[in-house]
Amino acid sequence: MSEDLNNNKTIQAQSSETISGGGSGISPDIDYVRPAEIPEQDLYHGHSFITKWVFCQDAKVIGIQYFLLATFTGIIGLILSWLMRLQLGFPGLAGFMTAEHYYQFVTMHGMIMVVYFLTALFLGGFGNYLIPLMVGARDMVFPYLNMVSFWSFFVAVGVLLASFFVPGGPTGAGWTLYPPQTILEGTPGHGMGILLMCISLILFVAGFTMGGLNYLITVLQARTRGMTLMRMPLTVWGIFTATVLAMLAFPALLVGALMMTLDNILGTSFFMPTILKAGEVLEYGGGSPILFQHLFWFFGHPEVYIVALPAFGIISDLISVHSRKNIFGYRMMVWAIVGIGALSFFVWAHHMYVSGMNPWFGFFFATTTLIIAVPTAMKVYNWILTLWRGNIRMNVVMLWCLGFIVTFVNGGITGIFLGNVTVDVPLSDTYFVIAHFHMVMGIAPLMVIMGAVYHWFPLVSGKFLDEKLGKWHFWLTFLGAYSIYFPMHYLGFIGVPRRYFEMYDSPYMTSAVGMNEFISLAAFIVGAAQFILIYNIVKTLKIGKPAGHNPWKANSLEWLTPTVPPEHGNWGERLPVVHRWPYDFSVPGVKEDFVTQTTAPSEIAGSKVEKT
Amino acid sequence: MSDPKIEGYTFKPGFKGMAQDTGSDQTMFKGVHWGKAMMWIFLLSDTFIFSCFLISYMKGRGSTLIDWPNPSEVFGLHVFGVDVPLLLIAIMTFVLITSSGTMALAVKYGYEKNKKMCGWLILFTALGGLTFVGMQAFEWSKLIHEGVRPWSNPFGAPQFGSFFFMITGFHGTHVSIGVIFLFIYAYKTFKGHYDEGKRGWFTTIKGDYVEIEILGLYWHFVDLVWVFIFAFFYLW
Repeated sequence: MSEDLNNNKTIQAQSSETISGGGSGISPDIDYVRPAEIPEQDLYHGHSFITKWVFCQDAKVIGIQYFLLATFTGIIGLILSWLMRLQLGFPGLAGFMTAEHYYQFVTMHGMIMVVYFLTALFLGGFGNYLIPLMVGARDMVFPYLNMVSFWSFFVAVGVLLASFFVPGGPTGAGWTLYPPQTILEGTPGHGMGILLMCISLILFVAGFTMGGLNYLITVLQARTRGMTLMRMPLTVWGIFTATVLAMLAFPALLVGALMMTLDNILGTSFFMPTILKAGEVLEYGGGSPILFQHLFWFFGHPEVYIVALPAFGIISDLISVHSRKNIFGYRMMVWAIVGIGALSFFVWAHHMYVSGMNPWFGFFFATTTLIIAVPTAMKVYNWILTLWRGNIRMNVVMLWCLGFIVTFVNGGITGIFLGNVTVDVPLSDTYFVIAHFHMVMGIAPLMVIMGAVYHWFPLVSGKFLDEKLGKWHFWLTFLGAYSIYFPMHYLGFIGVPRRYFEMYDSPYMTSAVGMNEFISLAAFIVGAAQFILIYNIVKTLKIGKPAGHNPWKANSLEWLTPTVPPEHGNWGERLPVVHRWPYDFSVPGVKEDFVTQTTAPSEIAGSKVEKT
Repeated sequence: MSDPKIEGYTFKPGFKGMAQDTGSDQTMFKGVHWGKAMMWIFLLSDTFIFSCFLISYMKGRGSTLIDWPNPSEVFGLHVFGVDVPLLLIAIMTFVLITSSGTMALAVKYGYEKNKKMCGWLILFTALGGLTFVGMQAFEWSKLIHEGVRPWSNPFGAPQFGSFFFMITGFHGTHVSIGVIFLFIYAYKTFKGHYDEGKRGWFTTIKGDYVEIEILGLYWHFVDLVWVFIFAFFYLW
């Protein structure tokens, strides 16, 4: 194969025109990269425990802080899901569990997992750690703002968790917080609970905005020499586009939360229609509950992609590195990410088919929803084509990648069902919906997070996570997650409604009883399996195998720092200079099977490498 | 506006230039200060916040069953025995737009390193903003005195009070935050912090006159939003 290519003289080193800037023509020196146009960043180096580890301005430490806090919150969400499954599988076994508690747990589980776990972990955690390293910057562009961003998130989580301890407990209105029932008597947590939830969300949005500005400007304005947008790893593209979505979608949540707060504490009627309660007319009147749904889902749908796009990006890099092949169709992948991001703003009302709307409105949103399947399917094909004839390393990271593709395709196909109005109406509010979104935006992104943890842990700590434990962790999680969510599709078809505390003796649902027990047992096992990772991390930090520099033989810049783990400022004396994209794996004629981004064309003169 | 000089990089005009800048390494917006780019993106996000507010307002006003009050009566002032509609709002708008003009001049003098003129103009802008907030407080107290509340309204739909207080309140908060920063920046200008590159109190970033332009962007945005609020609340 490579012999053929060597004889084929048509592949030649390309000119450096793409990077030499405009109009200066072809430089005779093929290694030429334009001089730096931005001055060295002025960094504040911490000098005490507090400035180094607590109120730290180093994006890597902030990323780890985000990661740990989001994981902590996620474990609370996991425990809540255990309690829910305990009730659903074995009603009455947990004596303390009332219907009110169940609703509160459902609500808090949903909100925690979507916003405080996945969003914070992908953007705050991976974004902070990886963006500056991958684009070759010394740090985020506004380190102080970045620190404030984390501490706003910290306060937001504190306020959220405080709602467990106020009179009435946390809100139990469902994670969508639909008015009017959210703030009416009879819904658990209708006073303090929902107030704290809204305040927490507002704090989260404010904190996230500070972080998001950092990510965007770092990518746009602080790349190193030679790093063009089309040479960035797809991870950065995913996080970047997700941040753009977040900057435009979170405002709707902020406004919705603010108006809800005013309805709650001042008695305004933004969302509150005229309501009769036990024959008496309440003070409210004239508001529109549907308005809240529009505001919420204008945030809520892009939110799905805020979680999914970083996952798409990360998985592309992991698959490429661990199958030793360049990502198939890099530019297509980039445009698919951008296209999905743009389309995600035009589909929100597909969450509201049963709210009542003009049929043409539903038709429009069904069409846009199905159009999103096109770029998404392109990405799936490209992942598979990247694997095709690759030199696949069947390690734990690759297992998580494959697990992601399977679960994502599964969840994506049910998404096509639910995107059509006529199919959605009977399936709406059943377990089919639960199965769909847990598969596509719960399990699939989680697979990516796990893969990313096993992949980048050697960079963060300098040590390999244990492979054997990792395989146990993967198989228990993957098979277990399928055991949980696959039967739920069936439950949905027989009409088991979501958000119900108990089925009691519904005669047509007898087949659901055994299945619910099975799902609950699987959920307990999958939940417990996650603690294998925590054990693995603790064990590795103590006695792990040292990884050294660039253990996966990857190309992207984060592996090329002078020290592992990277220090504050990342690059030591000199910033790296980039000559190519990060996917030059198994290049014909090159001795090693990888060519790092900093390798100059003249260093591999004999090969037929294009200067991409 | 001339392009900044960048070593090894030739600017091209028009769409080709935009494509070339986008495809180049290091920066997308050549020669643009990080803080300035950040402020633009923040303002884009803030635009979405105000858009959500105003669209909600349109929805609320459009779907209410009780009549919306007549703005020229509700917001009218009774001066010298004559009812003048929208008098106070006209003055408020005039003051705020004028303060935008002085802000633009402050930016110009800042780049010319004319510390004294720059400082005075920022101070003047701050006073304009303060006057605006003061007049808004007067308007609020007048409406509250007449019985308008966030939850009720003697002139018609209760949503009038809800949306009015929420949106003008949110905008007034923006103006107030701007005024606080204007006073701080005026102080820093007079003290010469931007000339000597003194580090910020919290951020430890070196001072530069570009900060005045960044604050200016925010201030112009707040004015622009006011124009929309003015049109939607007082003229509709």
